[in-house]
Amino acid sequence: MISFSGVSKRYPGGQEALRGVSFAVQSGEMVFLTGPSGAGKSTLLKLIPAIERPSAGSVVVNGQNVGALKPAAIPYLRRHLGIVFQDQKLLYDRSVFDNVVLPLSFSGVPPREAARRVRAALDKVGLLGREKANPVQLSGGEQQRVAIARAVVNRPAVLVADEPTANLDQESALRIVEIFVAFHQVGVTVLIATHDQAVAARFGQRVLHLSDGRLGSTEKGT
Amino acid sequence: MRSWLRHHRQALAAALGKLAAQRASSAVSALVIGVALALPAGGYTLLESVRTLTGRMSLDPQLTVFLRDKAVRGDVDALAARIKTDPRVAVSRFVPREQALKELASVEGLTDVVGALESNPLPDAFVLRARDRDAQAIDALAADLRRDPSVERVQADTAWARRLAAVTRLARVAVLLLAGLLGFGLVAVTFNTIRLQILTQREEIEVSKLIGATDGYIRRPFFYLGLLQGAGGGLLALAIVWGALELLNPQIAALAASYGTNFRVAFPPGGGAIVVVALPAALGWLGAYMSVSRYLREIQPK
Repeated sequence: MISFSGVSKRYPGGQEALRGVSFAVQSGEMVFLTGPSGAGKSTLLKLIPAIERPSAGSVVVNGQNVGALKPAAIPYLRRHLGIVFQDQKLLYDRSVFDNVVLPLSFSGVPPREAARRVRAALDKVGLLGREKANPVQLSGGEQQRVAIARAVVNRPAVLVADEPTANLDQESALRIVEIFVAFHQVGVTVLIATHDQAVAARFGQRVLHLSDGRLGSTEKGT
Repeated sequence: MRSWLRHHRQALAAALGKLAAQRASSAVSALVIGVALALPAGGYTLLESVRTLTGRMSLDPQLTVFLRDKAVRGDVDALAARIKTDPRVAVSRFVPREQALKELASVEGLTDVVGALESNPLPDAFVLRARDRDAQAIDALAADLRRDPSVERVQADTAWARRLAAVTRLARVAVLLLAGLLGFGLVAVTFNTIRLQILTQREEIEVSKLIGATDGYIRRPFFYLGLLQGAGGGLLALAIVWGALELLNPQIAALAASYGTNFRVAFPPGGGAIVVVALPAALGWLGAYMSVSRYLREIQPK
């Protein structure tokens, strides 16, 4: 579903974020990407929706070479991915409902159908009653769940999340990961970056360890 | 197709929502555009009115053909036949010298002068009206008639018409120049207001792009914003011109009446009014297009 081969990313200024990274995530698999901050986890995840382009190597998502995609094709790639950003990127000038409906408004889903899907997505993350609230009124964990609802409202086959448990207490963090596990169980391919080894180890999924831009051991957690 | 329509409806609703949310600044922007556009729109209105006026004034493109004293009867008859059948001549009338003298004598103050004359100094003449009111056509007709052996002189006063036409042309170029300059300004103003609008929505644009919005989707509401602002300015310009005419026309009418005519400046006719609204709308769209495209290029990842 996602495959990296020999991927390097050098930022202008010479900083090398990724060096010769190769791995593959099978369809329906759930994989954790761990490593200390600055190891290149965010850069790696940004290559998948073509937010960044690789300096060398190829990134293939669902059979498409993402690095070579024309700018006009990128929006359609992103619509088929569910992306949860490190800083959530919620819009605080509108309600939870309007945040979650955003991806549907530009893919041309009729309003009635869109509303139904938004409620379904909010139901899956346990926020069904809060659609009229403003994200500021929600706790950190709840805001993160709004971000997840927005990522899955388009029913993507791939879900990519960057540090979804950062700044959350243990209980909220586990709750978030459980939501991802639930999506994995219904067949969604999930890739989660986290610096928290304990969270990654707990769910018995494959773990990729990134350190200084290089991919280390690929082990199955216990 | 249905989703395309829905996208446009959404974008229009978003643009209207923004205008309503920022009523004061939207009104000021539209007013700036409106006042600026009122100048060329007013000039255009004035020119159109002058043009209909000149059309009316040259309604009698009259030529007087004076014949030679010693013109041969047969030649005169031939000339009369030629004038009668010339397609450029609408109406012609032969004025024999006796009748001309009689007409002159009937003019007040000249009766005595005419009575004192020993012989009739006036020549026979044709008075004719050209079908075409164009000065050039009249001149050509006069030149043709002048070549006839029995013609002494042809009188056709087209100089004033030429001068008026030249002045109107000059004014037209000036108005066009002004309109062009202000149109350019309008694009610049829209470019800037749309840019400010984009900056206030930077986050929304960034997030939308990250989760799969096309550039077209992001552009659309701003297009409508530019379009509505331009059209609003155009409507205001029309309102300003209309208001000015309401104030000026009674004065113009009074002045014209003292010259014995009933001139008044007419509000731009239907087509003109549409241009005054549609053109700024198109220019507003253009300004918005340039502004959004530039912004989207700026945020494009390299």
